[in-house]
Amino acid sequence: MIPATFDYVRAGSIDEVVDTLKEHGDEAKLLAGGHSLLPLMKLRFAAPEVLIDLGRVEQLRGVRDLGDGRLAIGAMTRHIDVMDDPLVREHCAVLADVTAKVGDPQVRHRGTIGGALAHGDAASDLPAALAALDGTLVAQGPNGSREIAASDFFVDYLTTALEDDELVTEVRVPKIVGPWGWRYEKFTRVAQAWAIVGVLAMVKRSNGSIEEARVGLTNMATVPVRASGVEQALSGRTPDAIADAAANAADGTKPSSDLSASAEYREHLARVLTRRALEAAAR
Amino acid sequence: MTAVDTPTTSNVGTTKLRKEDAHLVTGRTQWTDNIQLTGMLHVAVVRSPMAHARVTKVDVSAALEQPGVVAAFSGADLADQWAGGLPCAWPVTEDMQSPTHLPIATDEVRHVGDAVAVVVADSRYGAADATEFIDVEYEPLTAVVDMEAALADGSPLTDTQLDTNRSFTWQKIDGDVDAAFGSAAHVVERRFINQRLIPTAIEPRAVVCAPPREHREYTMWSATQVPHILRLMLALTCGVPEHELRVIAPDVGGGFGSKLNVYAEEAICLVLAKRLGKPIKWTESRSEGYQATIHGRDQIQDVALAFNEDHTLRGMKVELHADMGAYLQLVTPGVPLLGAFMFNAIYKMDALSFTCHGVLTNKTPTDAYRGAGRPEATYAIERLMDEAANELGVEPFELRERNWIKHEEFPYTTVAGIEYDSGNYEAATAKAKELFDYDGLRAEQQRRREQGDKVQLGIGISTFTEMCGLAPSRVLGSLSYGAGGWEHASVRMLPSGKVEVITGTSPHGQGHVTSWSQIAADALGIPFEDIEVRHGDTAVAHKGMDTYGSRSLVVGGYAVQVACDKVVAKAKRVAAHLLEAAEDDLEFDAGTFQVKGSPDANTSMQDVALAIFAAHDYPEDMEPSLDSDATVDPENFSYPHGTHLCATEVDTETGAVTIRSYVAVDDVGTVINPQIVEGQVHGGLAQGIAQALYEEAVYDAEGQLKTGSLLDYFVPAAPDLPHFTTDRTETPATTNPLGVKGVGEAGTIASTPAVINAVVDALRPMGVNDVLMPASPQNVWNAIQAAAPADGGAA
Repeated sequence: MIPATFDYVRAGSIDEVVDTLKEHGDEAKLLAGGHSLLPLMKLRFAAPEVLIDLGRVEQLRGVRDLGDGRLAIGAMTRHIDVMDDPLVREHCAVLADVTAKVGDPQVRHRGTIGGALAHGDAASDLPAALAALDGTLVAQGPNGSREIAASDFFVDYLTTALEDDELVTEVRVPKIVGPWGWRYEKFTRVAQAWAIVGVLAMVKRSNGSIEEARVGLTNMATVPVRASGVEQALSGRTPDAIADAAANAADGTKPSSDLSASAEYREHLARVLTRRALEAAAR
Repeated sequence: MTAVDTPTTSNVGTTKLRKEDAHLVTGRTQWTDNIQLTGMLHVAVVRSPMAHARVTKVDVSAALEQPGVVAAFSGADLADQWAGGLPCAWPVTEDMQSPTHLPIATDEVRHVGDAVAVVVADSRYGAADATEFIDVEYEPLTAVVDMEAALADGSPLTDTQLDTNRSFTWQKIDGDVDAAFGSAAHVVERRFINQRLIPTAIEPRAVVCAPPREHREYTMWSATQVPHILRLMLALTCGVPEHELRVIAPDVGGGFGSKLNVYAEEAICLVLAKRLGKPIKWTESRSEGYQATIHGRDQIQDVALAFNEDHTLRGMKVELHADMGAYLQLVTPGVPLLGAFMFNAIYKMDALSFTCHGVLTNKTPTDAYRGAGRPEATYAIERLMDEAANELGVEPFELRERNWIKHEEFPYTTVAGIEYDSGNYEAATAKAKELFDYDGLRAEQQRRREQGDKVQLGIGISTFTEMCGLAPSRVLGSLSYGAGGWEHASVRMLPSGKVEVITGTSPHGQGHVTSWSQIAADALGIPFEDIEVRHGDTAVAHKGMDTYGSRSLVVGGYAVQVACDKVVAKAKRVAAHLLEAAEDDLEFDAGTFQVKGSPDANTSMQDVALAIFAAHDYPEDMEPSLDSDATVDPENFSYPHGTHLCATEVDTETGAVTIRSYVAVDDVGTVINPQIVEGQVHGGLAQGIAQALYEEAVYDAEGQLKTGSLLDYFVPAAPDLPHFTTDRTETPATTNPLGVKGVGEAGTIASTPAVINAVVDALRPMGVNDVLMPASPQNVWNAIQAAAPADGGAA
């Protein structure tokens, strides 16, 4: 539990972060809330030579209305501040609800939305939520900024589309307009553990039928997964179709086997939890 | 009781806020890791990443070049420092096989985490960094992981110096087992797995050892439960004379048995302090502790019960495989043997055979973990009684009641040959059933079964007893334990009327300071606030057997009572002298000695204390002192018991288990402090439920610990636990003057089978008759899949 020696840089601006990243390349790691990185360093699974602390970069905090039907959430906005933000609660309450299930109170008071997403862990809750929301991330590097769709951002286990000299500056999510319902089913061993499987279901209802359904799966592959077969099967159907559709929720997934669950059991859970989440969301 | 009058009770039996808590909750604690000494150095331990290997090379030279590094040693470098290996105090058989256990391995490592070298530096960080520069080469040997395979002919060996992995086979047979089983109408047999657990005290282990300064004494602070045992054993292991070693257990943050030991790091710190002449500190990290601190449980239990046609229990057979791990720690081999007296539990039977195979494997050693042998036994018998009830087609309570010892039958000598002094299983059960709404829940269970609910209700029963108050020294002797089970207390009456109680027990969360104050306050008639309890320092509490096995109150509290009685007896003689009355004419109540029938002729305990301090006028045939010592050796164990009931809701689709309600009615005899007792029960329940639902130490086939940190080893927290309904019946023990029985382990012992019985009960209609612990969603789902018809269980 003693990390290896590292240099520490406290950045004051995004430009300073980018410059420092450029200088150190993959020897540097960004420190946001630290709740994923520091445990890895203490176990010496990660041993960056330079830690760049983003805690004083005020440009990276807060939520604003982009005016194009989307919200932009600064990467260093803490989970607790996302949950409590009036704009998020009014326009994208589903994100607040999923965020409320991240970790435990300590994690939510230190951890940040950008840090959680940039870590690229498909067992954490926000990647599947961002995928279901069709959200995007804004990355900034030496050559300026670019916007990356959630579906392109998560590449593999703990691997994202970010370059070594880029940082996530903000996360963009659409405003949820119309009669949407949602439910995040998080299935854990103990309350504060990672999800064995998580399912975010979002359902837009119209005249008693399902106009649109979205299903994001947590921890069913090395990246967050959209259960697109389930979504398509429900389009234009009544909620009666949910049980049959959910039976295909594990199609196309590649869950791992570990001490908490076998892959086969994870697939089973994905089907059960998808059904339950959809039924709750369609209610 | 001794000859003194019975004082008015005003403290015992009432909730007093704990004297310990103010400094705990305001952060004014002194944990071992808080101790800073001038010139102190830090030691880091290089540990084997392999479960079994020959160590072919250890080169520390590069580490010595690192900044801040003062010294580095291989096992060979320090081999001549040890007077002996780390001790096992419980040679259970004459031919017990015990691997040589040097604090730092020299040529063979036998589990992941076995020490191979140490680095000493001027900072903890520097020491940790330098470990990466110690060059160790290993030649892998086959790891022995599976207990049964370990005993098969031709198995690879856990220790190349031995010719077997069988440490011992120990047998105890009471009654005619063949007759009981041969003529039985029904036999119920099962194999249960009592999985390996990791104790996970909140405070990790830590050691500081300072070399002699003004005089020749080494001082060791250790996060230990057993400062007295540690002092003796380190003296033997490290060749430091016992009188030149002082051991202090400062504030200690939980132990659960994991700090009931003599560890390599304690010996290492002492030897390094000796060799380098500087204070040495070591504090384990959590993941280091998971490899280097003892584990608990880990038994394969093959058990059978024989019944008559009328469901009368005739006999029991128990065959255990108990995983010792790679070395025998302080009491490792003795732990499963405590079960020899406990598998029969509260039940009458004619015969009991108990066989235990202690098996060496290349895993972290096991040793006493909260309950130590008794939870394992209780789990097996209480699970088996439920299985028997199911097979025999009777209500589980009915089968238990038919066979348990009736309250009018106490004292009762069990089939295992020990005498239960007191108990009332009927009363505890009646109270538990009422609090639980047993009949109402059974009716709801029936409804939900008929409706085919996806979430089924299960009801689990555990009617348990345990043996506490370790222990009568002669009994320990008969079990080949290396020491006795007495306890010591001293009472010092100070001239101002205040009192110091010195106890040989060593609390680490139990609240002895408060409870012992309550006992002494009533015994001496001195205000609770005027009593200080000192403990955990061999220079202050010079004699003791420390804290484990729910012994502290039963034996240590007993000693406090006896020492107080001696003070009162002396004070009475002085009071009689001062009041010019015959001793027999005095009565003592609430701190006042009074001549019977003459209310004005009185004096107080405080006045007597001052008078004897001045010593101007006291009886000629006594010394001018009220101070007293008592060393008590219990005549018997104590036998707390109780009835625990658990209702679980089991999601048959996912396997998720939720505890809906939990009722614990415990009979721990006389209660000194109800709030402390309730706290002990709550903590015990959490740990027992943790075994049932959450925790398991998992090794892979190569002997790697897969649950190496709190990331993978699931310790439940408050959100994972139900509201506990606790209550008590009170049947005083007859074998100590306080009537106390001990409560430290009751919750842990009782709760695990209650929970698993409830899970199995919920799933019984689906054909499930057992579920592996922990009853994780995966394990429950597996049990459902295994029992269900081929098309069942799908979403």
